[in-house]
Amino acid sequence: MSSRDKILAAVALNQPGKVDLPDINFLKGTTGNHIEKFIEVLTSIGGKAIAVKSFDDIVAFVKQTTNPGDRVVSTFHEMSDVELINKYHGLPHDLQDIELAVIGAGLGVAENGAVWIKGDLLSQRVIPFICQHLAVILKKDEIVANMHDAYEKIGNEDYGFSTFIAGPSKTADIEQSLVLGAHGARTMTVFLIE
Amino acid sequence: MAQGIKDHDDKTHPLQGAGGLDHAALSDIFNQDENRVDWHDETLWWIRQKRDKAVNQLPEWESLRETASQIKNNVLSDLSNYLLQFEANATKNGITIHWAADAKEHNEIVLSLLLSKQVMQMVKSKSMLTEECHLNEFLAENGIDVIDSDLGERIVQLAKEPPSHIVLPCIHKKKEEIGELFHQYLGTPAGNADPQFLTETARQHLRETFLTRKATLTGVNFAVAATGEFVVCTNEGNADMGAHLADIHIASMGIEKIIPERKHLGVFLRLLTRSATGQPITTYSSHFSKPRAGQEMHIIIVDNGRTVQLGREDFRNSLKCIRCGACMNTCPVYRRSGGHSYHNAISGPIGSILAPNLDMEKYADLPFASTLCGSCSNVCPVKIDIHQQLYKWRQVIVKNGYATTAKKASMHLMSFTLSTPSVYHVGGKAGRWVLKHAPFAVNNKFNPWYKHRDMPEPPKESFGEWYAKNKNGKQ
Repeated sequence: MSSRDKILAAVALNQPGKVDLPDINFLKGTTGNHIEKFIEVLTSIGGKAIAVKSFDDIVAFVKQTTNPGDRVVSTFHEMSDVELINKYHGLPHDLQDIELAVIGAGLGVAENGAVWIKGDLLSQRVIPFICQHLAVILKKDEIVANMHDAYEKIGNEDYGFSTFIAGPSKTADIEQSLVLGAHGARTMTVFLIE
Repeated sequence: MAQGIKDHDDKTHPLQGAGGLDHAALSDIFNQDENRVDWHDETLWWIRQKRDKAVNQLPEWESLRETASQIKNNVLSDLSNYLLQFEANATKNGITIHWAADAKEHNEIVLSLLLSKQVMQMVKSKSMLTEECHLNEFLAENGIDVIDSDLGERIVQLAKEPPSHIVLPCIHKKKEEIGELFHQYLGTPAGNADPQFLTETARQHLRETFLTRKATLTGVNFAVAATGEFVVCTNEGNADMGAHLADIHIASMGIEKIIPERKHLGVFLRLLTRSATGQPITTYSSHFSKPRAGQEMHIIIVDNGRTVQLGREDFRNSLKCIRCGACMNTCPVYRRSGGHSYHNAISGPIGSILAPNLDMEKYADLPFASTLCGSCSNVCPVKIDIHQQLYKWRQVIVKNGYATTAKKASMHLMSFTLSTPSVYHVGGKAGRWVLKHAPFAVNNKFNPWYKHRDMPEPPKESFGEWYAKNKNGKQ
């Protein structure tokens, strides 16, 4: 008997009588405007939210916060003067010198400041992690109240990889002192666009 | 006993450097430095308070806990089907599933996967299961170099120690000690103990590691039966840095990590980090469903005693654990004895109810390392009745003859005294007399209750005596 069959047989033998799943619909949040809450929570976890009117504002921000010669990549063709990363065919390792990545988010969650990043829209999944600084563009009306609402929106979406990202990479492993920029991005900026 | 359970004479891995000492003896070592104990205690209590603050912001917290508990009850009751479903869906997604009956088989699967790719170096993100299986030691014996990438785990790895906490692996270490380790192994200037500086050093050192390792191993926080995806939560981003750069990603999970549907992630992700550190969510909650182009993805589903625990009616609820560590942060014994005193990969209250299932003799001491105050059960996000299980394990352990002779004798005496009223009354009188007239008879080093405590002032009479005198309203 293989370990698989042994384990499955032991589980079947030892599991208790069937108990039903609870209904979780009652946990859904309220509809309405959650932008303020999202900004408040994102700020509290070390992220930054900036309301913008158009891509021009984002382009201006990039110019302001990076130096000439810095590798800036984006998945948005609206971003002029930056490396369009959608068709990148190289090794993920060669993305290690990205200073700033500007990518899109599918939705934002007000209760925890997280944004949903669809990895399949990135040529390499490592982009939001390996970049020194991460910027995400999120439509204001894509912000939901809580995680239950988020998963309702995600539904049966078929993906190879997706991730919630909430603020910059962090650690408090040394005497509980919070340090931003552990292994992932040192800063996280969310551009809220109409 | 079923497969996968180490019997008690398995001493090939003297667990966690305990050297055969029990919880009380190991706590004695930790308690030699009283200032450090106070600092450890206060740090963990501070984290417990952060948890409370986060929890109090959600009016629905209690119903969220109840819902999570019910979901986990459903999972345990239908686990064989969910495992099959998960296997089928993950396989459809292009992930290879392996099954390991015990730690040994798990470790051998990892080794064979690495050797099949001629990989001799691996980067690993946090996985308590691999600690439970002693994977690092096994791979080292087989010439594989493993680097732990979670900062806390890297620190204890450099110190050649096991983690002392499942969420905060080096919570027992002072920054000066970490600075010294970094000076020794990573070449930082002597005497520099600045957390910001040390973290930056680790970032540079581990970035090099991520970029050069062809294999990575991560744990699994949740595995979704309906979709075949699994979720890994980190704050540092180390699991993702490893997984998205390596050619082969191995994920190790216990059979109990299954949840039914994707929407249930909403419940558990809301509970996990609020309970653990008081954060609203981890920085990264990554959903792995398919390997990226050109990459191999493997999941090892491990039993290692879990099916036996599933069959123990009184203890199966321990398999609902989502490894948040809240029970450790709140535990008055854990906070003042330190994680290493539990000589098990998982310490604290939850470790104390999981470990005896693996080896009842080796861990016979752990269910006694509690005051049964119940704080662990109160903070548990999936409502495991931890303190009640601790109490029940004590009975199982004594019945099976694994309690120490002194403990057995004292419990027999206690049981005899409590069930024999005349002896009880005489005993009470004698105790009060001794405390009053001969305190040295109990205030000595042979009485463990006297350690760090004074014996109480004896009352003049027992409640029974007082009541007998006063029941008729007479003084």
